[in-house]
Amino acid sequence: MKAPITEVDGVLSAPHVLEYPYRRSVGPVLSRFFSALRERKILGVRTRGGRVLVPPSEADPETGTAVTDDFPEVGPGGVVTTWSWVSRPREKQPLAHPFAWALIRLDGADTALLHAVDAGDIDSMRTGMRVRPRWRAEAAGEIGDITCFEPERAGGAR
Amino acid sequence: MSDSDDAKPVKSIKTPMRLAYQYTAGQATSRYLRGIGQGRILGQRCPSCKKVYVPPRGSCPRCAVATTEEVQLSDKGTVTTFAIVRVPSENISVPLPFASVHILLDGADIPFFSVVQGCPLDQVRIGMRVRAEWVPREELAPTATSIRWFVPIDEPDVPFEKLEAAL
Repeated sequence: MKAPITEVDGVLSAPHVLEYPYRRSVGPVLSRFFSALRERKILGVRTRGGRVLVPPSEADPETGTAVTDDFPEVGPGGVVTTWSWVSRPREKQPLAHPFAWALIRLDGADTALLHAVDAGDIDSMRTGMRVRPRWRAEAAGEIGDITCFEPERAGGAR
Repeated sequence: MSDSDDAKPVKSIKTPMRLAYQYTAGQATSRYLRGIGQGRILGQRCPSCKKVYVPPRGSCPRCAVATTEEVQLSDKGTVTTFAIVRVPSENISVPLPFASVHILLDGADIPFFSVVQGCPLDQVRIGMRVRAEWVPREELAPTATSIRWFVPIDEPDVPFEKLEAAL
């Protein structure tokens, strides 16, 4: 493996990549969420207080009590609750062109999911805008099964 | 990719972390790397405490003075501590299992991080004498990978008392 070494005024410089290829176990609740993504379904989980958490978690973050066994399907559309524009995407981010990281509250959910929104340009992004998922052709049971979200009015792909 | 069998629930997901840096070596370490590219290991001696650092960083962390005197070191040394790595991971180019070691090169005062190959792993020990195995001459480059690993040499072990100061 030869790194492209550069030299300025006698000082050497080269790319140095630290990479941690972790794999984590997801537990019983997130297992339902990721397994459903393979069928292009987004599942939340209902807390004992009746709220729907998306992405689901094993405990209600407000009370610390275990969630119920009710996994309602939410979305697929939702509302952007806040966002941040990425003008220069890095390698391995979901999109190679400028996009927004956004918190998206899917229809039927009480909490928001973090994902990318492919809005084209920053002027097309706004809090409160409606978006829907763009699914990747091959499902694998991971968050990347949703390539990104896109403005609902864009038409075309499901 | 997650679990390939669609019928089974997803049990785990990949959550990779990637930090892409541009590393700039500085003057002292650049000279060291250029030496490595010629098959030589260069350290630097502190003008105050006389300790020899390798790889040199251009200063003595103990005395807080610049180091300029260059010292060529042997590519032979002594294992000061080690760990056996048996768990496979991506991005590891050394065949598993291997011994991850600290080596005190002859003439140096701080140990140097590398890998030991070429002997049964249960023979790797503190005090063991080793020598650098370089890549072929024509493949030498100013990068740490020019030293493949260290291999045992037939010399008596160094007693712990003689290594203690460098730990």
